[in-house]
Amino acid sequence: MRKTANQPDVAGNWDTLVLGIGNLLWADEGFGVRAVEHLNVLYTFPDDTRLMDGGTQGIFLLPWVRGARRLLIFDAIDFGLAPATLKVIRGNDVPRYMGAKKVSMHQAGFQEVLSSAQLSGEFPEELVLIGVQPEVLNDYGGSLTENVRRQLDPAVDIACEVLRDWGVDVQPRPQPLPADELMSPGALDISDYENGRPVVDGPSR
Amino acid sequence: MTEIVTPNGFTLDDAGQRVVVDPICRIEGHLRIEVNVDDDNIIRNAVSTGNMWRGLEVILKGRDPRDAWAFTERICGVCTGVHALLSCRAVEDALAIEIPKNANSIRNLMMLAQYTQDHLVHFYHLHALDWVDVVSALSADPRATSELQQSISNWPKSSPGYFRDVQNKIKRFVESGQLGPFANAYWGSPAYKLPPEANLMAVTHYLEALDFQKEIVKIHTIFGGRNPHPNWLVGGMPCSINVNETGATGAINMAWLNQVSDIINASIDFIDQVYIPDLKAIASFYTDWTFGGGLSGKNVMSYGEFPALANNYTNESWMLPNGAILNGDLSTVYDVDPRDPEQIQEFVTHSWYSYPNPDQGLHPWDGVTVPNFELGPNLKGTKTNIEAIDEQAKYSWLKAPRWRGNAMEVGPLARFLVAYARGHEEVKELVDSTLTDLGLPITALFSTLGRTAARGLECSWSAHKMRGVFDDMMANIKAGDVSTANMEKWEPATWPKDTKGVGIGEAPRGALGHWVHIKDTKLENYQAVVPTTWNASPRDSQGNIGAYEAALLGTPMADPAQPLEILRTIHSFDPCLACASHVMSPDGQELAVVKIR
Repeated sequence: MRKTANQPDVAGNWDTLVLGIGNLLWADEGFGVRAVEHLNVLYTFPDDTRLMDGGTQGIFLLPWVRGARRLLIFDAIDFGLAPATLKVIRGNDVPRYMGAKKVSMHQAGFQEVLSSAQLSGEFPEELVLIGVQPEVLNDYGGSLTENVRRQLDPAVDIACEVLRDWGVDVQPRPQPLPADELMSPGALDISDYENGRPVVDGPSR
Repeated sequence: MTEIVTPNGFTLDDAGQRVVVDPICRIEGHLRIEVNVDDDNIIRNAVSTGNMWRGLEVILKGRDPRDAWAFTERICGVCTGVHALLSCRAVEDALAIEIPKNANSIRNLMMLAQYTQDHLVHFYHLHALDWVDVVSALSADPRATSELQQSISNWPKSSPGYFRDVQNKIKRFVESGQLGPFANAYWGSPAYKLPPEANLMAVTHYLEALDFQKEIVKIHTIFGGRNPHPNWLVGGMPCSINVNETGATGAINMAWLNQVSDIINASIDFIDQVYIPDLKAIASFYTDWTFGGGLSGKNVMSYGEFPALANNYTNESWMLPNGAILNGDLSTVYDVDPRDPEQIQEFVTHSWYSYPNPDQGLHPWDGVTVPNFELGPNLKGTKTNIEAIDEQAKYSWLKAPRWRGNAMEVGPLARFLVAYARGHEEVKELVDSTLTDLGLPITALFSTLGRTAARGLECSWSAHKMRGVFDDMMANIKAGDVSTANMEKWEPATWPKDTKGVGIGEAPRGALGHWVHIKDTKLENYQAVVPTTWNASPRDSQGNIGAYEAALLGTPMADPAQPLEILRTIHSFDPCLACASHVMSPDGQELAVVKIR
């Protein structure tokens, strides 16, 4: 049990938003969140750069996306690539679509957020998506597969390159990240999360 | 089967053409609806198949109970704070931890803000487009829209020029070839009844709602410390309050509290001057669309929410009361006790799970989640490509929760009916005045539109209630009480060896309960029964159908190939599917596929 950072950070406009999205309870679906956490562990950033664990909040992420001038996204992508392949997608090539036939707000995926931002007239000037093709998704309570986990370092390297191209001052952390500055509550940190996984019988998880 | 009457009084007939609406979610967690329509395209049988729940014990068993909220916050994208709150309530109940008054107020404010935001976003982003035709809005006369707007509220954004600008903006967006939010719909369907000027007004407010959403989320950031996943704490709230100076970093200060106050005022304005007038205007064109009532006129239930008194989760304290109504008898409201093993039980006769005794219900404290995926003999298609499910057998990943054996509808309409029947003054006033304005009897509430109206009225109620809760909290703080957490029983050494607890409350979309069993300071069992499990429930051992299935029966479809009416009714429940899927793909494939067989 670790404490978490408690710095109210009232939604404002950021110059640069680095957003990890996905569900860390579903194996490789957690890639985006784990990648932004990994970035936070290794590097420091200026105050106008915000790192965010966006989870699966869908349309509720819209206010932050609209407030960002530059947006870097980590996510699992389905581009029909070989499992664990990294892919960088830029600008207009980042997919965005929405549909009125969705049944639940949960289906308002991130593409809808981008599309709504565009409709609202507040769309990031720069947009880069660093994606990974997942290997396993339907392992509830599971963590990243080995192959996808190996892409965390390369993904973070690409992110640093992109951010430095944007002129963001990215610096390696001089000291290890203190436990109370983790992005998520400690129990969700990848090692605690994996070590605490219950052993439960059942044919499919 | 051809025709059967269920114990809860619905006639099912599966003789006619089968229509399948199957939203595609690539992982688990989708909802599939199959209906049979008769020769007049009226729905005569409905089957709700859900795949959203795998049992929390699968991820929580053996973990620290103080961490449970953080995991439950991740099981669902939209209900994050609600799960976290009820997890804290359940663990506090098990460990007999009392939270301070300010913590209770802050939790109430966060929940009220959640209701306000959720209802608003649900209406404009998900549900309005079931009633509002965007393409028709493009042909509206902005002057007529302006006149309409000025006739229904004092909202300042009402000039013809303003509506013309918005119309042009949407035209440009549509002409850019992507339709954006408006792709994949049934524009032009005869099921749309609004004139073009009303459509333009509603679409304009869709855009304004996008802007407004930026404000309301700040409440969660201020009190939760972070967003989009606010921090919670067993024993209170993790924020400290410092109103006298600006020194302590991270503490809630006067500037932030003033900001919360401003946001509350802005919320009230937007809801009362935009959302509610829109709702009434739209409803006035659909008063003859009386379908979708289902269980609402029979069995509804609310656990109660917003404790006025810290640590008191009874009707003495709930601002929206606990209660159950059976058979539409508003003169008798029963108390719902989440601890009584005879009251809340889950059945798996038609669910893909195994129980030791297959047809007997289990109370959540005794709940088990053992998957058992098997398909019935009357299935059409194959295991991997189901054309029509066999609802006589197991057919859903949802269990079937029941209250004293009865299928219950939960959600804003259920809460308002329980409150109304209990003589809740504020709710009676809101409901009665709205019905009077629209010239409708109370029975009009038992419908899809009634559900949608109740959500809007509750949104307004919530925003106004934030004002009162905030003012009470400020008075308490000014009186010198700045305590936000009780850490007396933080250390596991202070806990009983074996203890159980329950946290009940109301998520925006309905009754939510977390049941926890703590043994040797670790979680032994953890069960949650979520609102959509009540509403989207499959049949039970007696054959009672759940709220979704019931609500679809008797609805005429203009065109079964365009199941707008099905989506309209299902959306009115604000379905919450733990849809983990949002994986990006290169092309905008449809989310919902309609198949007719």
